[in-house]
Amino acid sequence: MSLIRIAWRSIQQRGLASFLTAVSMALGVMMVVAVLSVHGVVAKSFRNNSSLGYNQIVGARGGRLQLTMNTVFYLSKPVANIPYEYYLEFVPEEERRAALSHTLREELHAAQWETLNTAMAIDSQHGAGLAALGSQFAGELLEAQGRQQLDLERGGKFSQFTAFAIPVCLGDYFGPFRVVGTTPDMFDQLRYGPASDQAFEFSAGRNFKRWTPEHGYFEAVVGASVAREMNVGVGDGFSPSHGDPEGDQHGDQFKIVGVLEYSGTPNDRAAFINMEGFYLMDDHAKPIDTGELDEDTAAPPGAAAPDGQHGRPETEPVVQSLPVEQREVSAVLVRTSSDIFGMLMADSINKSNVAQCVQPIREITLLFDEFVGPVQLALLVVTALICVVSGVSILVSIYNSMSDRKHEIAVMRALGASRTTVMTVILLESVLLSMAGGVAGWAGGHALNTLASDQIEQRTGVSINFLSLAPPLENLDLWGMGPIIGLVSPELWLIPALILLAIIVGFLPALSAYQTDVAKSLGS
Amino acid sequence: MLHLEGVKKSYLQANGEFLRILDVPKFEVATGEQMVLVGRSGCGKTTLLHIIAGISRADAGTIRIDQVEVNKLSEAGRDRYRAIKLGYVFQTFNLLPAFSALENVLLGMTFARGKRDTNRARQLLDRVGLSARAGHKPSAMSVGEQQRVAVARALANRPRLLLADEPTANVDPANQQKIIDLIRDTCREEDIALVLVTHAREVADQFDRVDRLEDVNRVVSTPAQEVS
Repeated sequence: MSLIRIAWRSIQQRGLASFLTAVSMALGVMMVVAVLSVHGVVAKSFRNNSSLGYNQIVGARGGRLQLTMNTVFYLSKPVANIPYEYYLEFVPEEERRAALSHTLREELHAAQWETLNTAMAIDSQHGAGLAALGSQFAGELLEAQGRQQLDLERGGKFSQFTAFAIPVCLGDYFGPFRVVGTTPDMFDQLRYGPASDQAFEFSAGRNFKRWTPEHGYFEAVVGASVAREMNVGVGDGFSPSHGDPEGDQHGDQFKIVGVLEYSGTPNDRAAFINMEGFYLMDDHAKPIDTGELDEDTAAPPGAAAPDGQHGRPETEPVVQSLPVEQREVSAVLVRTSSDIFGMLMADSINKSNVAQCVQPIREITLLFDEFVGPVQLALLVVTALICVVSGVSILVSIYNSMSDRKHEIAVMRALGASRTTVMTVILLESVLLSMAGGVAGWAGGHALNTLASDQIEQRTGVSINFLSLAPPLENLDLWGMGPIIGLVSPELWLIPALILLAIIVGFLPALSAYQTDVAKSLGS
Repeated sequence: MLHLEGVKKSYLQANGEFLRILDVPKFEVATGEQMVLVGRSGCGKTTLLHIIAGISRADAGTIRIDQVEVNKLSEAGRDRYRAIKLGYVFQTFNLLPAFSALENVLLGMTFARGKRDTNRARQLLDRVGLSARAGHKPSAMSVGEQQRVAVARALANRPRLLLADEPTANVDPANQQKIIDLIRDTCREEDIALVLVTHAREVADQFDRVDRLEDVNRVVSTPAQEVS
């Protein structure tokens, strides 16, 4: 009969007390496992989002972390917006020229030129040929100067560094979810996943388009969680609420044309609307100083739409619906063509007073290292203390039983068991109780994880099952042991930790067994 | 095979003085010999058995079993010697309640050699008539059955000497003789020396050698003396 069996028999002998002690340990371990799992999910979620598909965020000057949280995780409110024209500094010449073709300046210039042209035509009818020629030459010169002032004939000054730039406009909500005004590039260009090589898939429908005859500018795509929780799908419509989940709803309705597959990214929990439609909603046009412009040219939002209706123009309008001067973006997601260009570009942007350029990965890592990591460490320490308290309950349980077991121990000694043997038996009891509680707690913790796995996957995109072990604690550096403990799952450290704890708490009763006076206890 | 000479034992009293309770000039038992020790309560019978078994250490004297001087062994050595060379049957059986009859028999083997001989344990239980009760715990057994298990346990390691401390004191008369017969027959068959302590005259009368502790222990024959 092995000593383990002898120890196990003693545990069985004190069934209820042993059971309650093991349950106490199980609860402690369950909490540790839960905290480690949460840590794992958070870490994995952060890691999944550490390859965002873009490497720079350009936004209004202010808090770098807030800009990152806003843009990457759709959390908190945007600090401020940046001019749309600044976004155009990241796009190539052709796209920029097309965008700038619908500006209030352009319309003013066109009106001025038309007036001048008319005057010259009248003049040429009455004047001499040379004078008319001079007048025409002066007119063309004036037009060219005007065009130069419009600054149309160039690409964005950062476009040469930019692989792509995707604008996002934040501020509206669909229920509790953020509404993101953007361009179709969000899903056409952007990739996600650890290698940034996974395209966003649609579980239903398609990506929204800039304009369609059917829905005009008012198409939307919703994330998987949004579709599930708001119970919407392709063909449904929604009207974003302005500025707050409880805010007033806009009158315009967006038609859902696509539902994203779960990606495990924050995009699961956002609704994406066509940026052109976003601008056309009430209160989304930036107020401008009309002093510079004629009242005629400072048209209200949407006035440029051919039929004056936002929803369903018969054909795509020649001009964009809201003049550039009245547009703002919350941020621009930029992927630079190289890291060096990215640094150069960031320097240049940060020296300006218009915007700032942040590297989201750096901000996320800082957030994790400086805030999330320590919080999780604190939680881990608290739960570890719970385990220690459970360990003390093992000590109390075994130690209290020792007075009843002196005789039993003396009999073992009389049968030839050495002091070391009886001490070992008591320590094994402690270890068995601890491990039994530990295994039950581990199973309980993982059962909880399994029960919550659907929710976790939906909310974070991290898939876990019963046997999923928490990942190594890469971000926790316990007393400089980070590289050591970071190699394996912390759950595997539970085994030696529990054995060590059991030996420590079992030592006192084991010592009591060791010191048992055999002759005296045999007579008791 | 058992030789005691000049064995003395005293205990420290609450007043700080020592009380001598054992003073055995000479005591011997031959190999395979079966003898009885009788004496009134408190005359040091159990203490003498404890000293022979190495459970207690004598203050002075020689205790030799098969040429091994027990009193010179370390505590761990005495534990090992006790496990291998001795069998001990207690008055109150001292079966461990958490273990079945078979496991109680195996327990002694575990401490002696670290490995169990289940066949030997079953044979012994069969011999004491309890093969059908091997899986039962002491609480489910009668007093007589428990003492028979205790005998089987004491014999498990094929000891050279069996010490039996009033083995029939708690057993009903019907089982008393069965227990004595069992112990004596087994010791005879396995050539085990037997030192049996008893108060029962009917038990003592069955043995060829009956020693009165008063004759063995000088302390008992004279008034209790304090030792400086």
